[in-house]
Amino acid sequence: MGDSVIEVQGLVKRYGPLAAVDGIDLEVRSGEVFAFLGPNGAGKTTTVEVLEGIRPRSAGSVRVLGHDPWKDRAKLQRRVGVIPQDFTFFDKITPVESIQFYGRLFDKRPDPTRLLREVELEEKADDAFEKLSGGQKQKLGLALALVNDPEVLFLDEPTTGLDPQARRAIWDVMRALRRGGRTIFLTTHYLEEAETLADRVGIIDHGKIVALGTPEEIITRFGRRPRLRIEGSPAIAERLRGEWSGEVQVEDGRTLVEIRTKEDVLAVLQLVERSGLPWSEVATQKDTLEDVFIRLVGRMSEGTVGTKDRRAGPPVARVKGVP
Amino acid sequence: MRPIRVWAYFLVFARTYMRNRVGLFFSLVFPIILILLFGAIFSNTGSVTVDLYVQDLDGGSALSHSFISALNATGVFSVHLVSPSVGNLSSWLSTNGYTTGLVIPLGFQSSYISHVPVRVVLYTDPAQTSTAGIAQSAVNGVVSEFNLQATGQSAPEVGVVGLNVGSHTYQYVDYLVPGLIGFSILVAPMFSMVNLSSQYKKAKLFRQLSLTPLTRGEWLLASILWFIVMVFASTLVMLAVGRGAFHSTVEPDALTFAFLLAGPVLFVSLGLLLGTVSKTPESAAVVGNLVTFPMMFLSGTFFPVSLFPDYLQKVALVLPLYYVVDGLNNTMVFQHTSAALVDLAVVLALAAIFFLAAIRAFRWQEQ
Ligand SMILES: Nc1ncnc2c1ncn2[C@@H]1O[C@H](COP(=O)(O)OP(=O)(O)OP(=O)(O)O)[C@@H](O)[C@H]1O
Ligand SMILES: [Mg+2]
Repeated sequence: MGDSVIEVQGLVKRYGPLAAVDGIDLEVRSGEVFAFLGPNGAGKTTTVEVLEGIRPRSAGSVRVLGHDPWKDRAKLQRRVGVIPQDFTFFDKITPVESIQFYGRLFDKRPDPTRLLREVELEEKADDAFEKLSGGQKQKLGLALALVNDPEVLFLDEPTTGLDPQARRAIWDVMRALRRGGRTIFLTTHYLEEAETLADRVGIIDHGKIVALGTPEEIITRFGRRPRLRIEGSPAIAERLRGEWSGEVQVEDGRTLVEIRTKEDVLAVLQLVERSGLPWSEVATQKDTLEDVFIRLVGRMSEGTVGTKDRRAGPPVARVKGVP
Repeated sequence: MRPIRVWAYFLVFARTYMRNRVGLFFSLVFPIILILLFGAIFSNTGSVTVDLYVQDLDGGSALSHSFISALNATGVFSVHLVSPSVGNLSSWLSTNGYTTGLVIPLGFQSSYISHVPVRVVLYTDPAQTSTAGIAQSAVNGVVSEFNLQATGQSAPEVGVVGLNVGSHTYQYVDYLVPGLIGFSILVAPMFSMVNLSSQYKKAKLFRQLSLTPLTRGEWLLASILWFIVMVFASTLVMLAVGRGAFHSTVEPDALTFAFLLAGPVLFVSLGLLLGTVSKTPESAAVVGNLVTFPMMFLSGTFFPVSLFPDYLQKVALVLPLYYVVDGLNNTMVFQHTSAALVDLAVVLALAAIFFLAAIRAFRWQEQ
């Protein structure tokens, strides 16, 4: 990773009495994909709009590619690409015309067909914007953000409302952009998106950054120890609490036992087996970014889509319950 | 200021406008409907007879008698004779509240016989446009009949009876064409811009544009250019319909073009200003209507302002559109260049004020 492309120190943005962004510091380096996570109303869009130069800030210092985005907006515009949240465009204008429009504004000669193929929108090239589906509109937004061949991309929830296939298509575009050396500042409600794409993640809540680092760093720092999950009689938990030194919890009717080592797994299983209580399945379980997110933010935001199924690791043993 | 960016947005706006139909209707179709409607209602007055007050200063010569009979025979006039002793016919007409009069001059017959040009004088009230038009064409008809008879004689020089009217008379449609050009200068830009500025705000299109190098000035200029194109188109259509359907004779001239250019600057800016200062699309629509409708009716678009009662004529003086319509009338109909230049100066000043105010009040960004 290269030099720092985005530098934010003590950024504050107030709307009247509300501090929507309340003193955040962050840095994004060249070539990095940075994912900004947070529940609804946390201050993500406000931060991004300040970085894009379309919103003035109340306090703090902000540099994007060495410029103050509010003062040097004209210079920055040519070097950054943006998809705003809820991207909309002129109802009666087609994707091809939109790209040509942007080309003229930015003094570029884009190839609309190539750009639209890149975001998988070529079959809607000549349909009016108002006729596109939500996901297709979003894809056009991405194509437009690429017209000026930007060094930095600000993508505010670029995949919200897209079907899984379309989301993956956008991810592929983002990966290709990253390989091409662009810096991407992404906000998302999809924790899976942040985990798969981002080099580094920032979690914001109530205008304050509560965690910052690579996904692994954040999980290690804020996550719990690994646990062994046992499906079976609730009495197992009771029994283990008396016999096991680590923490024992019950969550959704399952027993969760804190473990430190591989050997702990076998020891716990022996205790369970010796108790004679019925059980059907055991698995080890590690915190994911989503678990950390929920613990840090204290609530699941409405739009946040989790990765529930991935929470459990593969089962380590599957045994028919003892009658 | 980069022309390519102005052109870029001009194309987007033009396409949106053409594909929207509503705007196109207000720019082109609606004025045509109005000119056909008003033209038909107020020009088609053939069954009406006009009271014509004739003052025969030729002392009841045989020729003046036959001229009066010919006027009677047209069926258009109900002829009333006025004694020469009343003096100036024009002031007598206005004292008595009559609108139409004709003076047969002394020496009418002798001049006619000796082929010396002679003029009868027709007085009409230009405000009574349809009556004036009818009177003029009927008297014209009688005069050309007499001229024809004069040329029918074998005399070497052809005697001509000239016709001089008290003041030049105009048909109603001659007012209607500039009036409705004024209408299209007002209506489409005002309604579009008021509507659009609140819609763009709501749909976050201003935010989107603020992410590009397009400037507010370029954006506004492109919008103005588009409405200038629309105004030229509707002017051409209006002139053609006026001529084709109602035999209007008004012609555009250089000053007309100046109004067609300055008018859209004024009303695009005013519309943007109103849309910008209104907080919601609903209040923008209300404010837009409050400003547009009085202007639409009281600026002389459908009827000459001179027909209005005095107090409404005073109201017209504060309406920007009045100066556009008055200027168009002055230059296209009356050929009063100096009066038209005064109107143009007012329009240019207002256009500059509103343009600067709109640019100043209007922001891409939210705070
Ligand atoms: N224009 C505005 N005026 C006043 N308050 C605002 C404005 N825009 C945002 N806010 C408030 O600022 C806070 C942060 O909003 P912001 O849009 O940055 O959140 P977000 O993290 O992007 O949320 P989401 O995930 O829902 O997009 C919210 O409480 C919101 O109500
Ligand atoms: Mg947001």
